[in-house]
Amino acid sequence: MNEQCMLLKKIKKYDFSLKELDLYLDTHPDCRRALEMFNRYMVLRNKCVQEYTERFGPITPEQNNSSEHWKWIDDPWPWERR
Amino acid sequence: MWQYEKKLQYPVNIKTPNAKLAKVIISQLGGPDGELSASLRYLNQRYAMPYGEVKGLLTDIGTEELAHVEMISAILYQLTKNLSIDEIKASGFDTYFVDHTTGIYPIAASGAPFTAAYFQSKGDIITDLHENMASEQKARTTYDNILRLADDPDVRDPIRFLREREIVHFQRFGEALRLTQDRLDAKNFYACNPSFDKNCGKMI
Repeated sequence: MNEQCMLLKKIKKYDFSLKELDLYLDTHPDCRRALEMFNRYMVLRNKCVQEYTERFGPITPEQNNSSEHWKWIDDPWPWERR
Repeated sequence: MWQYEKKLQYPVNIKTPNAKLAKVIISQLGGPDGELSASLRYLNQRYAMPYGEVKGLLTDIGTEELAHVEMISAILYQLTKNLSIDEIKASGFDTYFVDHTTGIYPIAASGAPFTAAYFQSKGDIITDLHENMASEQKARTTYDNILRLADDPDVRDPIRFLREREIVHFQRFGEALRLTQDRLDAKNFYACNPSFDKNCGKMI
């Protein structure tokens, strides 16, 4: 597995943890333990996303960082086998 | 994957409820040329697209259409808020009310429930882009008709925004079709499907 795939896998893991905490917090909005975990994972996630987008291009259009080419449209797309 | 943003794409602030108007505007939620069918059409078509530009465009417009579903739903919500039973009876909204109260449910103005039969995903970029251009024009006509029926400026303003978006999407789909045709083999007179016909344009 190359570095790009590994970094993306890491982001997906953080995203899934954050999604689970998001759903849990929807019904437990004052749980301090869950809030603390959410904030901690969010910091780790953002660091990974920043590294990923700087090196491999955007995950959302808003993360564009080029003034020469709109990398958003570049292949491969998530449904394509790599 | 998708992420939700807790805001409308364009503001909806309707001061006067109007159930009669809700009865026609609901067609842009669950009707044949509505926003829900638009979103599902584009998001489903993406997989047959051979070019990054078109995969990106369908993803981005399909996503924007979901924001339009939310805007239409907000208009319906505000138009049907705090209605009295007398108003519900007088406006003809009672036929919807009996099944859904004032909940938001995707149907056409005629009452027909939403169906995937409203759109196509043909697995052919040329066919699909033509369908999309037609569907944007059909939605634009529907918004024109809504503007003919609605007097309230609070309703007309977001509807005019949505009408304008149909025109922009039509333009972008037209450009996507042009760049697709530019890339096809010059001998492909009959525009065979580039994502399926491996010998596109050549006799075997």
